[in-house]
Amino acid sequence: MSTPIDYLLHLADNAVVLGQRNAEWCGHGPILEEDMALANVSLDLIGQARLLYQRAAELMGGDATEDKLAYFRGPHEFRNYTLLELPHHGALVGYAAADRDYATTIVRNFLYSALMVHVWDGLQQSADPALAAIAAKSLKETSYHLHHSRDWLVRMGDGTEESHARAQAAVNHLMPYTEEFWTTSPAEGAAVAAKVAIDVWALRPAWDALVNDALAEATLTRPNFHGYITEGKIGLHSEHLSYLLGEMQGLARAHPGATW
Amino acid sequence: MYTQAMDIPDDSGKKLAAVSNAPSEQEAAFEARIDADGRIEPQDWMPEAYRKTLVRQISQHAHSEIVGMLPEGNWISRAPSLKRKAILIAKVQDEGGHGLYLYSAAETLGTSRDQMLEGLHSGKAKYSSIFNYPTLNWADVGVIGWLVDGAAIMNQVPLCRCSYGPYARAMVRVCKEESFHQRQGYEALLVMMKGTDEQRAMVQDAVNRYWWKCLAMFGPPDADSPHSAQGMRWGIKRISNDDLRQKFIDATVPQAKVLGVTLPDPALKWNEARGHYDYGQIDWAEFWNTVEGNGPCNKERLATRVKAHNDGQWVRDAAQAYARKQKERALKEAA
Repeated sequence: MSTPIDYLLHLADNAVVLGQRNAEWCGHGPILEEDMALANVSLDLIGQARLLYQRAAELMGGDATEDKLAYFRGPHEFRNYTLLELPHHGALVGYAAADRDYATTIVRNFLYSALMVHVWDGLQQSADPALAAIAAKSLKETSYHLHHSRDWLVRMGDGTEESHARAQAAVNHLMPYTEEFWTTSPAEGAAVAAKVAIDVWALRPAWDALVNDALAEATLTRPNFHGYITEGKIGLHSEHLSYLLGEMQGLARAHPGATW
Repeated sequence: MYTQAMDIPDDSGKKLAAVSNAPSEQEAAFEARIDADGRIEPQDWMPEAYRKTLVRQISQHAHSEIVGMLPEGNWISRAPSLKRKAILIAKVQDEGGHGLYLYSAAETLGTSRDQMLEGLHSGKAKYSSIFNYPTLNWADVGVIGWLVDGAAIMNQVPLCRCSYGPYARAMVRVCKEESFHQRQGYEALLVMMKGTDEQRAMVQDAVNRYWWKCLAMFGPPDADSPHSAQGMRWGIKRISNDDLRQKFIDATVPQAKVLGVTLPDPALKWNEARGHYDYGQIDWAEFWNTVEGNGPCNKERLATRVKAHNDGQWVRDAAQAYARKQKERALKEAA
């Protein structure tokens, strides 16, 4: 049984977009050890994206390659969660500039990895052996990402007055974007129907427990959800993705057909 | 990456000639160990000037690794394929790791990482000047691997036999990783040279900009090298700047031929009598001007390091506050 391509692209786009964001800290981290930790997270995510794009390209056939999928699709074709494309700061429009905030980075990595440990765990039993193998590898990596981000979430929340305020602001800013996890996109629906994926909705209690437990330990408050549910995974993104992709894809697109 | 010959004077070395009051017995034991090509370890007695020279050299080296993350980091977000992006992230991460080993090695001499960073941020401590030049096209990433890391390896392999144990041991691992980076850089350039005209032009452009800067990485000519003689005597430096530079040129010229790039030096030619390549004049005025802070990127590099450090203060404070609270809680529970 093979996985619907759109579902593979959803998983791959998540990984490449967050990998791109995490790498932005390289050389700018709050302490050298964190530069290395985030580079490591980024490397894992780029590695996951490569395997998923390669699998998608294999199923698509023709001249599809991992790089064609990563570099030559536009923002509307990307299927990542909106949460993952946001810059490392609070709510601002696409062309606004602001300093990177490490609390935003950590909270985002935490919320996403708390989901993905469950997703990868479930996908180990996928009817698509290729996806199951990628899931097994990714689960190990994501467990580390969860460990790393949860540790920092607790340190920040239960650290100083400033770190607590920053962590709480990041939680307030990012938590609404996690609502997108729980809606079912056509790609996810097709993958579940084909028995290659698990129903994400079923993971919600486990995710809630993980998140609530960490927030409590961090002395942070979980905001009540209100507002807009984002739809990045069906290609309707924030203003931020086209900037991210513009930077990521520019050089490759200036030399179409070139080999690197 | 990357040491430039580690004898660039900076303000931290001013007290180098301080007279030691140590008993002559200890001094004799130290000298005997050096003469026997033995290793000095952190707990051993050592002359103050030896300690200071090492702290200066190792911290310059560590700072070079950390500042060196910036010019290559500049291309991570724009790497033209996912494979190259992963390779570059891993490489820059390695440089950070080298910084960590080296700061740790220097800490065994009684200077904290905070003190060393203060030296860097205040401009007192130097770092390799090669990082004060911009990375202007993607091929710069490959050329830094091939030439800059290649030059660094020439400098650093002899340091694996350095008389100070922790530094020598750190360098063994650093050199292995640098050799890997150099091959990766060269391989990336080989692929580009087999590609389009534009790709080949990028590689040549990067070589043109970096060649002379790499030759200067070995430091001033032996005749003008202020700390070399003492460094040689102490087993901190093993091979002279000019000898290393020549070795680098002799190794690189054939590699450039295979690659199909022209090294930008009309005077570069094989000298049968010497058994080496002759080469043209390095612009030392430009080199020193850059070392003194007036290169194209000095201000940006340093300001970026300072900003990252300052912006990260609240994160480090949070970690310390949390650790303190945890300790207090554990004490309370135990009571």
